[in-house]
Amino acid sequence: MRDKHKRDQPRIYKDSQAGPVSKVMPLFAIQPILRRIVQHVANLHPELFERLDDSCRKHFLIDAKGMPFLLLLRPDPDNLMLVAKSRHEEIPYDVLVSGKFKTLLRMIDSKTDSDALFFNRDITVTGDTEAIVALRNALDDMDATLADDVATAFGPLRGPVRASIDAVTKIVGSRT
Amino acid sequence: MSDLIKPELVCPAGTPASLRTAVDAGANSVYCGFKGPTNARNFPGLNFSKKELSESVKYAHDKDAMVLAAINSFPTAGRTDLWKQSVDDAVDIGIDAVIIADIGMAKYVAEQHPDQRLHLSVQAGASSPEAINFYVERFNVKRVVLPRILTVPEIKRVHDAIDCEIEAFVFGNIGMMAEGRCSLTNYVTGISTNMDGVCSPASHVDYEPDEDDGLTTRLGDFAIDCISCGETAGYPTICKGRYDTAHKKNYYAFEEPISLNLTRLLPDLMKAGVTALKIEGRQRSRAYIRSVVSAFRDAVDAYAAGEEPDITELIALTEGHKETQGAFKSKSWR
Ligand code: SF4
Repeated sequence: MRDKHKRDQPRIYKDSQAGPVSKVMPLFAIQPILRRIVQHVANLHPELFERLDDSCRKHFLIDAKGMPFLLLLRPDPDNLMLVAKSRHEEIPYDVLVSGKFKTLLRMIDSKTDSDALFFNRDITVTGDTEAIVALRNALDDMDATLADDVATAFGPLRGPVRASIDAVTKIVGSRT
Repeated sequence: MSDLIKPELVCPAGTPASLRTAVDAGANSVYCGFKGPTNARNFPGLNFSKKELSESVKYAHDKDAMVLAAINSFPTAGRTDLWKQSVDDAVDIGIDAVIIADIGMAKYVAEQHPDQRLHLSVQAGASSPEAINFYVERFNVKRVVLPRILTVPEIKRVHDAIDCEIEAFVFGNIGMMAEGRCSLTNYVTGISTNMDGVCSPASHVDYEPDEDDGLTTRLGDFAIDCISCGETAGYPTICKGRYDTAHKKNYYAFEEPISLNLTRLLPDLMKAGVTALKIEGRQRSRAYIRSVVSAFRDAVDAYAAGEEPDITELIALTEGHKETQGAFKSKSWR
């Protein structure tokens, strides 16, 4: 039998052509919101982590084209993390998922088939394929949409937050 | 109204949410498997725990749909306990049928659970009346899932010579090897499609983009395709890769990325005596299941009513945006 293929080394994201907007983005303002969102989604869907198994300790870098920053997710129930990262940083990751913002959101909410997106080259995946397949399947087992979950993370502000998400989706979506 | 008997629509589910989606979209039955190597879709993050399957069976039964448990990989010596446990769990849950490929497991079900309905998996590769009738006589198999190697007239001849129902694949991923016999993944990765339940395990798949928006697909140590910018991609299986051979460079030596689509042959299959129509894709998303199951529900109902269905949407969900009728239409499709 051949050796199991190894992919333990994290890869490094580096974007030499990042635009000037991403340099001046005040990311510190976004971080607490992201923390709250990821904690809320984790509380609502504990079954996600069972499906992720060991892949929960991997770092998923999400590159939504048209967004001035990247998102780095580690879906570890004991050490949850969702942070915004500047495109000017060098970022170690295990999996990089890239695609248009709207495409990625529709995929997460199971409104469109990720295999079809992949066949069509609308999304690109590099790095630990096992981890991204596990994450895809875990997210696909969630009945609620991410936008709904995010909105409920903000309690009484649910209505305005939902409206803002829809607006952002429209604006970023139309640019990409 | 036509005189065709409406067949059972058998749909895939990799997660409880997919199962609910399939039932709600019009599946008559849903097939699924437990987590681990006991079924032929042993993918990360996919499949059911005993508790999840039990809840899912209740959901399906409440909506008059059935659930079939695929325990259809082959246990190697010393590993049979896990397969037996899966059978016991499925029976305990109240599953409508167990789908088995291994002859030892067929014997186990027949002896330990004689009242349990038993189906013979496509992985068993039983395509002749002699082989099928052997399983029927020895293990009381009620249905055979036919390998995708027979033409429709051949299916009719098999139907007339066997004592059980026929289930036939009508849509989804199609490899070119006879089912249960392919060792390509085993050769390259050391992991067996038929015994570990996974072709091209994700742990061994790598996609490497290049600066020109191309993509190299690797399985283990081997590059199996280089996709240039603008080209569509396929599953990372060896049988769908492109290779340089002595007489031709960079071509699909085995099979192109393509999906089986038998929508146009449905009336012929129904006339040939096929009881159940199976959709492939337990590894696919809820979005796929929703679209394909709804489209087939409409198509089957339309044909049964003597009408012509609209089947244009299905092509968007096919691999490489290409479809084939495979051996069902002709043995010389390639
Ligand atoms: S390599 Fe192709 S033919 Fe072989 S098991 Fe995988 S999909 Fe089937």
